[in-house]
Amino acid sequence: MSILVDKNTRLIVQGLTGSAGKFHAEQCAKYGTNVVGGVTPGRGGETVELNGVKIQVFNTVVEAVRETSANVSCIFVPAAFAADAILEAADAGIELIIAITEGIPVLDMVKVKRAIAGTNVKLIGPNCPGIITPGACKIGIMPGYIHKPGPVGVISRSGTLTYEAVWQLTSRGLGQSTCIGIGGDPVKGLDFIDLLEMFETDPQTESVIIIGEIGGSAEEEAAAWIKDNFTKPVAAFIGGVTAPPGRRMGHAGAIISGGSGKASDKIAALQAAGIAVAPTPAEIGATLIGLMK
Amino acid sequence: MNVHEYQAKEILRRYNIPVPPGSVASTPEEAEKIARELRAKKLVVKIQIHAGGRGKAGGVKLCDTPAEAAQLARQMLGKTFVTHQTGPQGKVAHKVFVADAPNIKREIYLSVLVDRTVGRPAFLASTEGGVDIETVAAKTPEKIFKEAIDPAIGMQPFQARKIAYALGLGGAELQTNVALLLNLYRAFMETDASLIEINPLIVDDAGKVIALDAKFGFDDNALYRHKDIAAMRDLNEEDPREVEASKHNLNYIGLDGDIACMVNGAGLAMATMDIIKHYGGNPANFLDVGGGATQETVTEAFKILCSDKNVSGILVNIFGGIMKCDVIATGIVGAVREVKLTVPLVVRLEGTNVDLGKKILKDSGLPIITADGLADAAQKVVAAAKKKA
Repeated sequence: MSILVDKNTRLIVQGLTGSAGKFHAEQCAKYGTNVVGGVTPGRGGETVELNGVKIQVFNTVVEAVRETSANVSCIFVPAAFAADAILEAADAGIELIIAITEGIPVLDMVKVKRAIAGTNVKLIGPNCPGIITPGACKIGIMPGYIHKPGPVGVISRSGTLTYEAVWQLTSRGLGQSTCIGIGGDPVKGLDFIDLLEMFETDPQTESVIIIGEIGGSAEEEAAAWIKDNFTKPVAAFIGGVTAPPGRRMGHAGAIISGGSGKASDKIAALQAAGIAVAPTPAEIGATLIGLMK
Repeated sequence: MNVHEYQAKEILRRYNIPVPPGSVASTPEEAEKIARELRAKKLVVKIQIHAGGRGKAGGVKLCDTPAEAAQLARQMLGKTFVTHQTGPQGKVAHKVFVADAPNIKREIYLSVLVDRTVGRPAFLASTEGGVDIETVAAKTPEKIFKEAIDPAIGMQPFQARKIAYALGLGGAELQTNVALLLNLYRAFMETDASLIEINPLIVDDAGKVIALDAKFGFDDNALYRHKDIAAMRDLNEEDPREVEASKHNLNYIGLDGDIACMVNGAGLAMATMDIIKHYGGNPANFLDVGGGATQETVTEAFKILCSDKNVSGILVNIFGGIMKCDVIATGIVGAVREVKLTVPLVVRLEGTNVDLGKKILKDSGLPIITADGLADAAQKVVAAAKKKA
């Protein structure tokens, strides 16, 4: 078991004909992900070769879904057109959309979030590395080889910092059930609590790592939720203890504003909920392993 | 991106939101001319810098005559002002805003932002204007009124009425004030603002509502569709190192420590700063070189790091995922040869082909200190920097 993606996932890539789309689609297919098609308006009828296999390109998502029975879409469309691409996927009946694109205007995401509210569409990202169920399905830009199947669920607002944490687990022989990068934007799809709910009921997942950072209050909300609802051990790390207020630290959502969103407040909230917080990014894996003994 | 008060007011004016008559000046002569044409009973001269707290720093002064306005402008222009938001180095006033100073009967706080918890635009309003809203939020949270807007249907008149009544702006002027609030929502959405803050919004003697001060922040990711707003960018207000870095697509933020760092990925970059601090050092910067750490980007990054005179050690921390460690190591070696570093350099690589990458660094004959793991790297750079300093 795992959450959201597995061997049965049928993936289309929106923006498959672009250089990033093609490169990463090929990496995903090489990992074993079932890439069934691509969408680029105006390029329908063409094919893109991934590891020697020809993949069909469609003009619209609805056509791609009809022809391939795809159930998941990954978005590599440029930022200016990405919100439209997400909405197109949702309209075509795709129930899991993973938006890798960085730099989507916030008010575009505000509209997307409103449009999918109350539907059964799940959005991961944008501005994220994607999702991976080790050994089964990789959708996104993370390096596959650092992962290994196992019992730890990982949820993170960061990309490379997640690789760091995963690598720490894998090097210690501890594998992962599913790892999700929820993205660094202020307005996004699934958040910590949505995914924790899924990990709670997933039998493969025995413990969870959450990696947060400055900005917003999602970690505080997750801490309160975990305290009341989550029964598995949780380790956490929060980046940005040294980040100055008022500055956007790379991610659009990583900003301390008006005195809120500070790392120290998040760490305090997590600890108050009984969650083990790693003192440094080098000890994320060790902190979790400490809980499982 | 932030803009100056005078630019913010220009945008408000386009949306029919009342602001005091006034204009911006770069010289005392211009200030006098503006003041003369205003024919105001009372004038205000305000420095234009991207920071709050100008009044307390002596950057906002009242006067009565055009000659006095010129005199104030002379005192302010070219001077450095230190406020609680500028940092200790302060900011130089290159422009002043000269405007009519209305009689204030009441001060109100009004802002529009994106509420991250609901993912919607929201108004924040308070009858306690003219002071830091953070202070109000801490001391009297019940005095802050919040109204989130459904982006699908936009702001509705009833929502504007709710805010107006909560602020005591009902009465005879209700319709005018409702229009003002609806216009403010339109300004927020149409300019892709990340924040509009009017503090204070005032009620004058005649009961008229005016935006006495104004601050706009814009979503950098949406500037491509607002050329007019992008043109308002003032490079004087930005750290020259950050401007240089942005030309090379590097994400750099200068800090005041002595250990520079270069990292791929924003989250790992922040975490690297944190671990430097954890082991007793002080980070000199945030720097995300992005996914493709090529020789060109690494070279440019080294140049920017070395332009900071406080730096006494550099830590490169790269998690090679898609980009292999040997390729990154070759890039680092090339960059170090080109830049000729004068401070100790610690490199920590992890990921694909890490052993090959380390070998390339070792065989280069350059004084590069290699590290195993993040903790080892941080400890090594802190020790090396202490020795150097």
